[in-house]
Amino acid sequence: MTTLSAQPAEPTGPAGPTGLPLSAGTPRAAGRGRLVLARLLAARGALVGAAVVLLLFALAFGGPFLTPWDYATPDFSALHQPPSAEHWFGTNGVGQDVFAQTLRGLQKSLVIGLLVALLSTVLASVVGACAGYFGGWADRALMFLVDLLLVFPAFLIITIVSSRLKSAGWIAFVLLLALFNWMITARVVRSMTISLREREFVRAARFMGVRPLRIISRHILPNVASFLIIDATIAVGGAVMSETALSYFGFGVKAPDVSLGTLLAAGTSEAPVFPWLFYFAAGLLVLFVLAVNLVGDGLRDALDPTSGAAPRRSRRRGRPPRPDRSRRSAGGPLGSSRSDSRRKRP
Amino acid sequence: MTTTVETPLLAVRDLRVDFAGPHGPVPAVRGVDLTLRRGETLGIVGESGSGKSVTALSVLGLLPGTARVSGSVRLDGRELVGLPGKELAAIRGRRVAMVFQDPLSAFTPVYRIGDQIAEAVRVHQRVDKATARRRAAELLDLVGIPAPDRALDSFPHEFSGGMRQRAMIAMAVANEPDILLADEPTTALDVTIQAQVLDVLRTARRETGAALVLVSHDLGVIAGTADRVAVMYAGRVVETAGVDELFAAPHHPYSLGLIGALPRLDGRGGPLVPIPGAPAPMAELPPGCPFAARCPLAEERCSVSEPVLEGPDDHLSACVRSAELAERRPAPAEVYPLPELPAASAPGDRADLAPVLAVSGLGKTFPLLKGTVFKRKVGEVYAVDGVDLDLREGETLGLVGESGSGKSTTLFELLRLGAPETGRIELLGHDTAKLTRAEAHRLRGELQIVFQDPMASLDPRMPIGDIIAEPLLAQRSPRAEIARRVPELLRQVGLDPDHAVRYPHQFSGGQRQRVSIARALAVRPRLLVLDEPVSALDVSIQAGVLNLLQALKAELGLSYLFVSHDLSVIRHLADRVSVMYLGRTVEQGEVSAVFDRPRHPYTRALLSAVPFPDPAAERARDRILLAGDPPSPTERRTGCPFRTRCPRYTALTTPADRTRCEQERPALTGGPPGTDHQAACHHPEGPPADGHAK
Repeated sequence: MTTLSAQPAEPTGPAGPTGLPLSAGTPRAAGRGRLVLARLLAARGALVGAAVVLLLFALAFGGPFLTPWDYATPDFSALHQPPSAEHWFGTNGVGQDVFAQTLRGLQKSLVIGLLVALLSTVLASVVGACAGYFGGWADRALMFLVDLLLVFPAFLIITIVSSRLKSAGWIAFVLLLALFNWMITARVVRSMTISLREREFVRAARFMGVRPLRIISRHILPNVASFLIIDATIAVGGAVMSETALSYFGFGVKAPDVSLGTLLAAGTSEAPVFPWLFYFAAGLLVLFVLAVNLVGDGLRDALDPTSGAAPRRSRRRGRPPRPDRSRRSAGGPLGSSRSDSRRKRP
Repeated sequence: MTTTVETPLLAVRDLRVDFAGPHGPVPAVRGVDLTLRRGETLGIVGESGSGKSVTALSVLGLLPGTARVSGSVRLDGRELVGLPGKELAAIRGRRVAMVFQDPLSAFTPVYRIGDQIAEAVRVHQRVDKATARRRAAELLDLVGIPAPDRALDSFPHEFSGGMRQRAMIAMAVANEPDILLADEPTTALDVTIQAQVLDVLRTARRETGAALVLVSHDLGVIAGTADRVAVMYAGRVVETAGVDELFAAPHHPYSLGLIGALPRLDGRGGPLVPIPGAPAPMAELPPGCPFAARCPLAEERCSVSEPVLEGPDDHLSACVRSAELAERRPAPAEVYPLPELPAASAPGDRADLAPVLAVSGLGKTFPLLKGTVFKRKVGEVYAVDGVDLDLREGETLGLVGESGSGKSTTLFELLRLGAPETGRIELLGHDTAKLTRAEAHRLRGELQIVFQDPMASLDPRMPIGDIIAEPLLAQRSPRAEIARRVPELLRQVGLDPDHAVRYPHQFSGGQRQRVSIARALAVRPRLLVLDEPVSALDVSIQAGVLNLLQALKAELGLSYLFVSHDLSVIRHLADRVSVMYLGRTVEQGEVSAVFDRPRHPYTRALLSAVPFPDPAAERARDRILLAGDPPSPTERRTGCPFRTRCPRYTALTTPADRTRCEQERPALTGGPPGTDHQAACHHPEGPPADGHAK
């Protein structure tokens, strides 16, 4: 195999004679990771979302230095005051500064929301993909675990356990929330994996001698990524809200500490009269979930080469030759297969 | 048409169909003219995306709502385009009936076959239920379904693919229509079943006197069935002529290329003539002739305006140089540039070559399970039951068989690199039953596979550079080596190395199959398993891939195990062939010996069922039609498994001979000494005439 003559026979792709900017420069410049990253950076929505999330973090952790007020200390001279120069977001019934409280709550909710979503998605994808891929006893054992956790009244267990874990603080709380949040996702991932396992490209990898865990990480998970990402972005909002529900019952975040959830719970009833108690916290939560969704959408499109991001990509600089074709070839084979399916549908 | 005076039965004039696309309407049919006379068979042939099926569907107004149809379709002078649904419904099934490609989805699974056919009768005729049922039984009898009265009460899933397609034809002719539209009626079927169904179509046509429009991508099917042929390309008819004329002297370079690209069963015929390039995308067709970009005869004027369909008499063609072609009558190879293929190695003594793969007596059964909670075994499927293979270095072994013959199971047993259930697999000198894990992993590098469907076998979420690098990674090659190898491999299979960053969906089918081949070659294997590598590709693309495979084999000294149901492809590519029936090897040997002098009756029937792309030869051939379908592999019969369908067995006269077929399993026995040709039959055909080994 030392003779590397370019095949003259083939007409389909004119083989470039020598100019190989790819191989000549950095080796492996064209891996999937880099392509996905480049696509992600080209997606405006994802960038905006990421920027907003970063700004929220900056606000949550840097904001308290901007205000003289502490989230817990009441200012008895100002009860139920609307926003002013003194108290930027106003004060609540006992005179606590809403700005300071909101920031404090934001700190908690950002961390809880993102961590719970991340942990539960990772857990779900690993368990689901392993159960689906390996089948047999692994599948039965893992699915038994999933079903067991599903029938457990999660709320009850968290209430019982969290009182014992008081000393461990919020991180135990995050773990508990994640632990009861992943089962349905895992079931879906499992069924998607079962259908993927029979696909030829997975089979091909197996016959090439690729190890099972590598197949899962390289082939299975990227192909269920769209679902995982959407599920994770929804889980972010869900985690913040279930933290709220628990806090409402007195578990999780305890007074005088606050989270966005407790602020919302407290402010809901007063919203018509004292809107500042409710709307600042609610607005920040909505902004947070929206930004995470934007990032998720961008990531999903970046991972899915057939997504609508293709035209935007072709506008980018440094496309391989015939940039005018790249868009068409994206539609070309699709177009023909579409007419194929048209043929077969009746 | 100037030759006919009567009004044609069906006249399609300037038919145009557009589909709504994301960037504006995409044309599918761009001005098609067709004429169908009474009782005639018109073949419409073209590659996928050429608009042939859309043309057929638009005749009956069966296109989805996103399609915009203009032009005229006249049935006996009555305009059908734009007719309200109610009036069209009266014509559908009654005057024009349709036979669809996929017989599985064409029947409602929850109703009995008889009820569905009776319904078709009662929709158009005022008869009571009993009469309709009787008529349905008659129809099933007409299409050759055994025991029609019982078949009426069967559900569609109880029928095999061939039976379903027969029932579909029965339903289509239920109201004695004037026109039968058959849209790829045999594409999903095996060759022997295809031969049966085509025969049924001919019978149905003869019985009802209907005209037949046969849409197919298979030139062989068209050659054997049609009276006239219309060749479609990019939504237009590019040539139409009588079937003999078209195949003898095509006036359009595309038709010429199609004929040249087809591997033929009757001879090796050197390299195939691939049509360069891929079909132009319908969404952005260039001005001028849509074929100009791929045409070796293209001139400047070709890209200016689209040529009209014209010509002498009945032979019309849409090419500016058709007169020239008509006069010169060139062979495809004279017009299309021929790829240079290295000469095949001189046939030496096989025994000197190192064995690559030796399989003997391979068997594999699957348990049939019943019950939901406690699964118990109620039987076994004998998927593979005695397969022998012998492949030497630098050879191509073709593995032929119909669906259900155990080809794929055999392959997966080989690729599993484990101990087989029964029998013995020896791969490159290693007995697979005795491999350690590390040895098996190393052996995986020597053995690679190319799958049938190039879309499914490439991970849609991986750029092809990573896809090709995967086997290298699995064999733990250093990164620098991978970076060097990927562009080299892409060039080797005729792709642009810069395309390594593209994703599979950005390539056409043929290019994707090249990526698959590049991936398989990455670790420098010695044996390549090709599982129907070209059956998902169009003829013109298939030729290019087959030529590539031949060139690679000569260049790299590979051995191929080539699995296919297409005997013409096997004949073209393989050195030796092995024929499987019901999990057993029934005949094997040197390819020309097996194909020219088949000894097993199954091989004979298989060969005679393959349609030739040559109308005269096709009509002159006598066909051996096998009765029925292959029996179920769930029971292991004593004796010869083929005897239920064997024409030779039925012709046997002495009871002793019959008993032998019924009770004794035929072993693979050699033919004349010195030849490489064995068959598993007690009464093989051809010389030497004495089937009974003394």
